Formats: sequence, structure tokens, C-alpha cells
Amino acid sequence: MSLSRQDVAKVASLARLALSADDLDRMTGELQKIVGLVSQLAEVDTSSVAPLAHPLDAENVFRADEPQPSLTTAEALQSAPRHDGECFLVPAVLGESGAA
Amino acid sequence: MTTPTATAAPYTTIIGLEVHVQLQTRTKLFCGCSTRFGGPPNTQVCPTCLGLPGSLPVMNRHAFDLAVRAALALDCTIAPFTKWDRKNYFYPDLPKGYQISQYDLPFSSNGQLEVVDPKGAFARNVGIIRVHLEEDAGKSMHDEAAGTADTRIDLNRAGTPLCEIVTQPDLRSPQEARAWLNELKLLLVYLGVSDCNMQEGSLRVDANVNLHIPLAGEGGAEGRVAKTPIVEIKNMNSFRSVERALAYEAARQWEEWQATKAELGTTPKQTRGWDDPAGVTRAQRHKEESSDYRYFPDPDLVPVTVTAAEVAAARAAMGDPPTVLRKALEAKWKISAYDADVLVNQGRDLVAWFEELATLVGEGKVASNWMQQDVLRTLNERGGTIGEFPVTPAAVADIIGRVQKGDFDTSRGREIFAAVLASGRPVADVVAGMGIAAVSDDDLVALCRELLAANPKVVADVRGGKEQAAAGLIGQAKKKNPNVNPAKVRQICLDLIKGM
Amino acid sequence: MQPLDLSAVDLVAAVRQGDVSAVQCTEAFLKRIEQVDGRVNAFLKVDREGALARAAAIDARRKAGGPLGPLAGLPVAVKDVLCTADMPTTCASRMLENFLPPYDAEVVRRLRAADAVIVGKTNMDEFAMGGSNENSAFATVHNPWDLTRAPGGSSGGSAACVAADMAPVAIGSDTGGSIRQPAALCGITGLKPTYGTVSRRGLIAFASSLDQIGPMARSAADCALVMETIAGHDAGDSTSLPHAVPRYTELLEQPLTGLRIGRVAAHFAEGLDPEVARGVEEAFAAFKAAGATIHEVELPHAKYGIPTYYLIAPCEASSNLARYDGAHYGHRAEPGKGHRAEPGKGHRAEPGTTFDSPLAEMYCRSRAEGFGPEVKRRIMLGTYALSAGYYDAYYAKALRVRRLIRQDYLDAFQQVDLIGGPTSATAAFALGEKSNDPLAMYLVDMYTVTANLAGIGGISFPCGFTKAGLPIGFQLQGPALAEPLLLRAADRYQRLTDWHLRRPKLPA
Ligand SMILES: [Mg+2]
Ligand SMILES: [Zn+2]
Repeated sequence: MSLSRQDVAKVASLARLALSADDLDRMTGELQKIVGLVSQLAEVDTSSVAPLAHPLDAENVFRADEPQPSLTTAEALQSAPRHDGECFLVPAVLGESGAA
Repeated sequence: MTTPTATAAPYTTIIGLEVHVQLQTRTKLFCGCSTRFGGPPNTQVCPTCLGLPGSLPVMNRHAFDLAVRAALALDCTIAPFTKWDRKNYFYPDLPKGYQISQYDLPFSSNGQLEVVDPKGAFARNVGIIRVHLEEDAGKSMHDEAAGTADTRIDLNRAGTPLCEIVTQPDLRSPQEARAWLNELKLLLVYLGVSDCNMQEGSLRVDANVNLHIPLAGEGGAEGRVAKTPIVEIKNMNSFRSVERALAYEAARQWEEWQATKAELGTTPKQTRGWDDPAGVTRAQRHKEESSDYRYFPDPDLVPVTVTAAEVAAARAAMGDPPTVLRKALEAKWKISAYDADVLVNQGRDLVAWFEELATLVGEGKVASNWMQQDVLRTLNERGGTIGEFPVTPAAVADIIGRVQKGDFDTSRGREIFAAVLASGRPVADVVAGMGIAAVSDDDLVALCRELLAANPKVVADVRGGKEQAAAGLIGQAKKKNPNVNPAKVRQICLDLIKGM
Repeated sequence: MQPLDLSAVDLVAAVRQGDVSAVQCTEAFLKRIEQVDGRVNAFLKVDREGALARAAAIDARRKAGGPLGPLAGLPVAVKDVLCTADMPTTCASRMLENFLPPYDAEVVRRLRAADAVIVGKTNMDEFAMGGSNENSAFATVHNPWDLTRAPGGSSGGSAACVAADMAPVAIGSDTGGSIRQPAALCGITGLKPTYGTVSRRGLIAFASSLDQIGPMARSAADCALVMETIAGHDAGDSTSLPHAVPRYTELLEQPLTGLRIGRVAAHFAEGLDPEVARGVEEAFAAFKAAGATIHEVELPHAKYGIPTYYLIAPCEASSNLARYDGAHYGHRAEPGKGHRAEPGKGHRAEPGTTFDSPLAEMYCRSRAEGFGPEVKRRIMLGTYALSAGYYDAYYAKALRVRRLIRQDYLDAFQQVDLIGGPTSATAAFALGEKSNDPLAMYLVDMYTVTANLAGIGGISFPCGFTKAGLPIGFQLQGPALAEPLLLRAADRYQRLTDWHLRRPKLPA
């Protein structure tokens, strides 16, 4: 599958990465090569193979519904680029929440 | 059955709901932070729910169990194998940049919940497509008035366990949607799955709605059915808003249809927000690429398997859902479907209170009447829950027993009930305090003789065949002795007149 | 008593017996760091005061007759991918330059509880993505054996600091070879344990289904000592194995008689440096002499390891690194001017860049400024491979091949106990040699990624030197939970050889 500059721009938008025009050119070239490398997998017959998302065979790992200490607000905010002592501050979010 | 509106309108309204319900756990889905509502911002957060680098999730057993209970109550099939997926999108109230949710293998699917209007207007069995478990996002707070000021992010709610319930588009009117939501809420509260408090965000509803419009075919034959584009409505803060928003949206789509004839599939799905004060839905800004969530299995979590035995055990431990309980009350206590509905809709604790009363009284109908006319009315006036109600079933049973014994009549009984409620004192004390003592039969006969002697006209009327004339004596009897039983007075007077 | 010359095992014993104090020991290594790290750049942060205070506390406790942890007084360097509450944790990224975690990684907690002395945080490839350490945003690490060469990566700082005697032990992380490959290139011993053996809590995730923490030291015996502290179940990591921790150090004593070691012919195909091949063949011979038998085995899908890895790892990474958006921590771009776009025009950064909203601008520019080129490439690749329409062809396909790769190992371990071979196709390459060719760089992990994909353990240790005096690494891989055997085999080899005792000439 070939990857166009336009495809790369769309992926950058999905990944929230600002790329300059030069970045976009370079990234397109590099990704084309890497996609070429990974496309080798197409030659492997996997028609009867189930995906393996994880090396562990584990299942049913749970914790009890018991409260554990939370951080203090100061600890929670200690590396925040902007905060008001209570909340994280981000540039204006208008419209609906992205959840859930 | 269909609603009057649906038959009157030149279209059918097609409604499906997507409900997010907060599960009643002490801690979040993947960390030990408290889920308590209303704490100061960012006081119930830890590395995991803040999405800090290196933090990892571990699933809350109780959240999973409650989710299974909800799904069983909705008659869903529980999957023997389920896994957790990441739904990737950027939003500042979503600190990891992804929500842990379920994509292609939800833990349950394919259920139903019926809603029946007790007044008989509709009965609708609504299919449940799926119920899945996921984590909630945090809260973004923006002061619109402040214009470009920063948005404040509180992550206390981030990571709270939610059940997402998606229905088939089986509802046919805004009224049905509201009634169905009431039934869903009742069910989930009954089973202890959620408190479903909409003000606190424990229950949130999005609705998908469009219209099916039968078109006339050639030569007056039946034509095809046109479908308007589906609109998703958000931001509805009460069941009343849901009903109003759906009604508004149906009308709006009908107008739009008449103007544009635009059909489903010709435009991308639109999201509209409900503006409650204005009473309108408004188109929301289109979020670019918002639909490419790049779901994939969360490698920080392991799958969950559930055996048939575990499902059976969960079902057994669940207790009766409201639909079963209504029928059970009807049959056991010989009360009407309407009465059973009223009682059950008040919640499990009130039903228990009723059953205790009915057992003490030994009869359902009387107990039900007292519940509806006295207990529920006072409870509604006072507010609060049945658990906080100051009068016990035993006290009410005591009053009913005295009425049945003929110590006094029902209206006197009500006064006693009110006095017990006001004073908090035992029934016997109140009865004594009000000077209410059972009047002996001898005294009653003496009193009646006295009255007959003083009212020859009444005697004559009764003898002339107008038995109802005796009623005039009862008021006089009560004036002389408020404790007399009116029915007895009437009977004794009639007997005496006959014997004259 | 010269602490720099002692193994970790001997150092711990010396401190316990009072032959050397924890403070003396710590001071010796801190002094060595001061003397040589200006040339190596192994450390991003040296916590001189903290380490000395900790050492003094251990000495005081010892004097008072109090209990001492199993690593009492042992200086340990920790890769800067592990959270430390008392030191910034940067992942060698501008993105996290000012990030101070409010918690310790589980491994760090265990090290502290065992009375190890954490001397500092080691340099690495940004977010552990790279095979040469040249992707550090802050400094390039130089290989102590030849300062013009790369130490390998991504745990290059950890490998170089052990090789240059700046710490007897370092902690690394291995997602596709990031412990074993730099261990090979720096002539030390590095163990990547079976997935789930060491808790990942507090390990800044690169690819969660592949990441594993492990020890890096001069010898297998020293790695075994550290494993007894860092391994073990953690209820805070859902992917942590519930098994009891083996007595790694005691199990070293069992002989190797009858050990079956597999040899994969494909490992010796084109691309393998002849000098490395010779060193590896000699190691096979030494194992044979020690009582092991060598058997040819096949791993037919191993050749797809690199393409499989370069789908799965970037896919997971694209999601794991979504949290670095400038909102709650990490780098945030200064607001730009005049960047508002009409709604719906997207987040693209074409010339005269426009953004949907100030928020979109903050996201896109913070990430563009905070991440280096290799991290961006992998985020882009992973985002692409997971996006609508491509998932099945790339991510899901890679998961299927992953199963085949694991099955190859399961089959091979029916026939042999361990599989041996080269860790890296070449000895240390020159700095700058591969840094402009991502594809060439990706191939440095060709012998190591398959263990991560299968979730099994692997160990690399020195088995000779090239004519240029660069170390050659030998890798042993074992079935799940075979760490005792991996350590035992490497330890036996090290009892018979002295490659691991050779030190680079890096005068003070
Ligand atoms: Mg949802
Ligand atoms: Zn938390």
C-alpha cells in the first residue's frame, strides 16, 4: 500500500502532531520506506492463525473495591504547565465534552 | 399498541437510547481513588486516574460484578470471554489520551427491557444491543462569560466506572422514551447497581431519533417509507428534558423533511445539543476525524472470563427486578396492577415496608390502601425515604386492627395516624390521650335510646321506610361521644326502631 | 579495598561485613562518575547528596545493629524511564524535561527497600525508542570501549555506566532488545526477563505488551543478585505474574551437565559480521566443553520479527504517548498568534499553519516541539497502522505473525533447553553511522525482538572481542520463566572465561 503526502498529513492530524511542509515531505518519504518494510508480512499465510495481542495467558486479574490513598492536589498538579492550585488549566474548550 | 401522537402524526418517530450509568462502587474502575461526588477538585486522583507516565490500571472486581448484574437484569447474554480496548481521542478531560472501554467483545449483549404504561397507552419491549463497561472522563469547566479564559480541568470523576447501555431503535414516542428511562432507573436502583442520580451525573442519556414517513405510492397504493437522517441528541439533564428534546426534534425533523426531503444516508450523522431553557436542539460543531478512535486491545489489562456457573450465581444473588415484583405483589396480596405498580415504583425499601404491614394486617388490600392514602401521601409531603419514616408498619397495623375491631372508624384512624406521626408516641398512648376508649355496647344502647327519644321524626321516617334518615342520628351521637363507632350507632338505632 | 573492582555480590558482602562502608562505596562510584562521565554522558542526573545521605543512613543502621536489606550499600543506576519521586524523570525527552513524578516505580521502591543506593538516572534513547542512544534529547552517550562509537540502545546509558565502572549495577528496560543489545555493545551482562516477571508499574510505557525491566551488570551472578530484589508479583500491575521469586543466586550452583542449547542456522546468514560470528561459535564450543550439547533448531518466522515488531510497538506507542499533550504535565507550547482557523479546517500544519482551536494548537505544537524525530516517526506509523481501513492489514496481521513467532519458540523448546546465538549482528558501530537511516537502525534488533514478541527471557553477555577491541555479545534465550537457567548458563560460562572481567581503558 502506498502512502501519499496527503495520507501522512491526515495521520499527523489524528496524532495531533504539527508538521511543517518540510517535515511532511521528509516524514512521507520515511514512512513510505517503513511501510514497505512492514508490508513484508503480507507474504505470511496467517489465514488459520488467531491474533496474539499479548504474550501473557493470564485472565481475571482484579482488585478489591477498597479505597487507597489519593495524591494531594499539590502533588497532582506539581508538574502541570498551568494550574490555579485546584485545577489544571488548558486553552478554552468550547462545546461538548469528548466523553464518554 | 401505539401512542395517540404516533397514530395522529403523518410519521412514526423512531428512537434509540444510549445510557451511561455510574456504578455504585466505593472506588474507581482502575484505581483506589474514591468515587464520592462533590469533593474539592483534584482531591480524588492518583497516578493511574491522572494518566501519569508509568501508571497502570487494575480492574475493580465489584464494578465488574455490578455491571454483570445490570446486564442480567436487562436480560442480556453474558459473554464467556471479554476484553478491554482503548478508544483513542484527545480531550483534556481524558488524561491518558484514550478511554478504556470495550469495542468488539463487550461483556454482554442482546437483552431487553419492557415498559408498560399502567394506564394502558403503550407497552413496548425495547431490545438492548449491548451493555459494556468503561471508565468515565473528568470534568471540563468553562466560564463562557469570561470569553477566552482557560478551561479548568477536574479529574476527580476520571476513571469512575460506567455501564454503557445501548438500545435498539424500538421506542416510538418521547413519552415512551421517558417511561422506559424511568423503568430502567427503577431497575438499576432496585438492584443496587447505580443511584442513577442525574443531577450528579450518575445517569446520562443520549438519544438517536429519526422519522419514518410513509409515502403515498402510485395511484394511491401504499408506497415506500422515507427515513429522515438520524440525529443524536446530547446534553439532556432530566428525563423530562429527554421527552421535551425528542418531541422538539421530531417536530423539527418533520419540518425539515417537508422543506428538504433529505433522507437517511445523504448527510453525515448530526449531533445536536438540547438547550433546556430555550427548549430547542442546536447543531453541535462537527469534530474532525472524531470517529477514527483507533480501538485496539489494552495491553495493560488482561481479559475476563465468566463461567455459566458464575452467571447463574450472579443471577441468583440479584433479587427480583421490578417487573417480577409487581406481578408477585399482585398475586400474593390480591392488589390491583395499578396499586402494585405504584408501590414497586417507590423502590425496594417501600415494598419491604408494605409487605411487613400487609403481613401484620393479614390482608393486602387494606394495607395497600393505607400505604397509598396515608403513608405515601405523608411521605411525599415530608420528603425523605421510607427508611427515615417515623411511623413503623407495626404502628399502622395497630391502627388498622383497632378500626377493624370497630374501636373507631377509618377517619378517626387517620387522625390517630396523623397524631402518631406528629408526636412520635405509641398508638395506645395517642388513643388514650385523645380520650378514645372503646364505648361499651350497653353505653351505646343507652345513648341510642336517648337519641331516638329526642328525634321522633327520624324514628317516624325510618319506620316509613327511609332508613337513610338514621344518618342524622350519627352526627348527634358523635357530638355526645366522639368515640362511638358510627356504623354501630346506625345498626343499633335501626334495631331499636324495628323493635319499637 | 577498592569498591570499583568488586562485583556487586562481593560489594554487598563487604558492606555487610563492615570491610567497606556504604558511604565509601558510594563515594568511590560518585568520584568515578565525576572523572569519566563528561566523556561518556551515561547519566542524565546524578543524585550526589541523596545517594550519600542514603548511604550514611545505611551505615548508621548497620552500626546500631539494625537490619540491612539484601542490597545494602550497593550503588545502582536507574534508566530514566523509571519514575522516581525525588528526581526528575525525563525519558530523555524534551517533553518530560521538567516532569517530577509524585511516585516511585515499583522497581525503584523495591531497590530502596532493599537498601540499594540509587546514584542517578541514566541516559537513553528518547522514550526508549532507538538502538544507539543517539535519540536522547539531551546528550549522546559514548561507548566506553571507543568513544567514537555508539553504546547501543535504548538502555545505552545504563550499559555504558556499568562498562565504565560508574556503577556496579544498572537497571534497564527492554522492548525489542534495549537491554541486551547495549549490553553486547558495551561488553556487559544484561538480562531481559520473561514478560511479567518484573513489575512495569512506574516504567514509562513504550509498548506495554513488550516492555520489560531487567538488570545490567558485569556478570550473570550480579544480575541474579539484583533479580532477587526487583522480580516478583505486584498487585498493582495486572500483567505481573503471580509466581514466587526463585532463589536466582542459589540456583547458579547447579551444574550444566546435559544442557541442550539450540543453534539457529539462519542467525549465521548474511548480515552477521564475521568477527561476531567467530566469537559466537567459540562460545558454543565453550558451552560444549562445559558439558552442554548443541542442536540445530529452526525459528522459521523469526525473519519476520522486525516487521512484526515495527507494527506492534508503534501501534501501542502511538496510544501510550497520546498522554503527552501539554495538558496535565510535560512540555506545553507557548500560544501562537493568529493561528485561528475556520472550524473544520483541521489541525494540519501546512505553511501558514492553522488550527481548529487554541486547544488543538496547544496539542499539535506541544507534541511537535516535545518529541524528537524517531518518536514522531513511530507515533505516525502506529497511528496510521491502527487507523480506519488499515487495522487488519497491519496491526491485526502483525498479531497473527506474532503468534507464529511464539509458536516457533514453543516448538523449539520441545527440543532444546535454551537457544544461543549472536545478540547483535555487529560490534559497536560508529556514532552517526546509522542515525540518518531509520531502517538500518531498526535492523540492529533483529536477533532480540522475537523474545519480546514471544514474551520469553533472554540474556546477553560478552563472548570475545573484535580485532578493534570491541566486545562481542552472546545471547541465550529460554522458555518462559527460564531465568534461573539463563543466569546459571551465563554464570557457568563466566566461571570458565574472563571476557566479562575485561574493562575498557578509560583513564580517570
Ligand atoms: Mg461510552
Ligand atoms: Zn486514582
